[in-house]
Amino acid sequence: MIFGIYSLLSASLFLDLDAVDVAFTEASVGAGISTLLFIATLKLVRRHEKVYRYRPIFALGVVVVTGSLLIYGTFDMPYFGDPEAPAHQHVAPRYLNDSMDEIGVPNVVTSVLASYRGFDTLGEVIVVFTAGIGVMSLLLVSRQTKQLEKGRVPAEMKGQVILRVVAKMMMPLILMFALYVQFHGDYGPGGGFQAGVIFAAGVILYTMLFGLSNAEQVFKRVVIEKLTALGVLIYAGVGIVTMVLGYNFLDYNALAHDPVHGQHYGILLVELGVGITVAAVMMNMFFKFTWRIVKHKYSVEK
Amino acid sequence: MNIIGHYNYWIVVILMMIGFYIVIAHGNLIKKLMGLSIFQTAVFFFYISIGKITGATAPILDPDFELYSNPLPHVLILTAIVVGIATTALGLALVIRIQEAYGSIEESEIQDQDTQDQMECQLEAYGYQKHSMMSVKTLDE
Repeated sequence: MIFGIYSLLSASLFLDLDAVDVAFTEASVGAGISTLLFIATLKLVRRHEKVYRYRPIFALGVVVVTGSLLIYGTFDMPYFGDPEAPAHQHVAPRYLNDSMDEIGVPNVVTSVLASYRGFDTLGEVIVVFTAGIGVMSLLLVSRQTKQLEKGRVPAEMKGQVILRVVAKMMMPLILMFALYVQFHGDYGPGGGFQAGVIFAAGVILYTMLFGLSNAEQVFKRVVIEKLTALGVLIYAGVGIVTMVLGYNFLDYNALAHDPVHGQHYGILLVELGVGITVAAVMMNMFFKFTWRIVKHKYSVEK
Repeated sequence: MNIIGHYNYWIVVILMMIGFYIVIAHGNLIKKLMGLSIFQTAVFFFYISIGKITGATAPILDPDFELYSNPLPHVLILTAIVVGIATTALGLALVIRIQEAYGSIEESEIQDQDTQDQMECQLEAYGYQKHSMMSVKTLDE
């Protein structure tokens, strides 16, 4: 719980530091999904930590020494908010001055993310994809468990009538907002990463209130697992297409006669791929964690 | 603006050290992961605060503004947050499997079980039957 509040606070701090896109992501990821996953895990393990008698003085010493060394190191750093700092000298001015002519997208974060640093983002998406596969294989749901609870996994919060009614009204709005964030990322804060997480958060809200069986009727496991790969495939596919057209990998200028239009198409497709993978991985992770909880509950009862 | 100007780094260092302390001083695997998350946010703050320029605005180009913050750290951290939650989830999944295999997520208890297993294996290799009356416990006594 406190972890969620911490995330929300850090999101507002990011906002204060002009990082609107980052604040957006932290608010949806940290305050929503990561807290949920921690709570889900805590449900499966012993709730209280074992208390030890010894005091970790050695650890405290290591931490204090490292901390003071790091603080000593900061004296050589540029001042906070200094426009002359080295970080602002290399590529950043180029992005800010030329991206409008080259890419034609007002949100510089989006153009750097999807176009200038497209390789990097492809790598990140593959990491998310790999982590999704890892969770999938670690928390496999056996067919036996599924058969056992077929159609009768009760929702934890079935009694909460007000929450259910409100959630039913909110659900389409959340999904629509996710799509807005997805396709409006060129002009305002947003993009595939945020949209994917928000979409998944909407589905997770539904799952918590209406039960796993209901949710899995719409968001079928097989479909979600395929979507996980589809997103990466779209992203890398755009790169392959540009290569076939005789340009570099992920050089979107190839996609249309006008380079700026090509960049627009490229960013749209790439962000779509990111959004699909992130949404599918997040949903899949949540489903896998809840299946584990269901499995444990029934095996204890048996 | 001489020595106070570094306060953003000090906040980062303090947060980072809180996370570090939790990671090394606690035996509970979930607490370790939480400490790691705090450590991670400290790094995020470090990057974002480097990108900040006093008096600048968010890097969304608009004819009304001249000065923008540095967009590059924003891009790096944006993706890092999503990757961070994905890897944290992987860690939590591992914790769940460890709980299922060992019945505990305390580091010391897991280690005790491991050493006991190892000793039993060695005893077996030296010709003791696993089901003979000679268990590790009796050896200890």
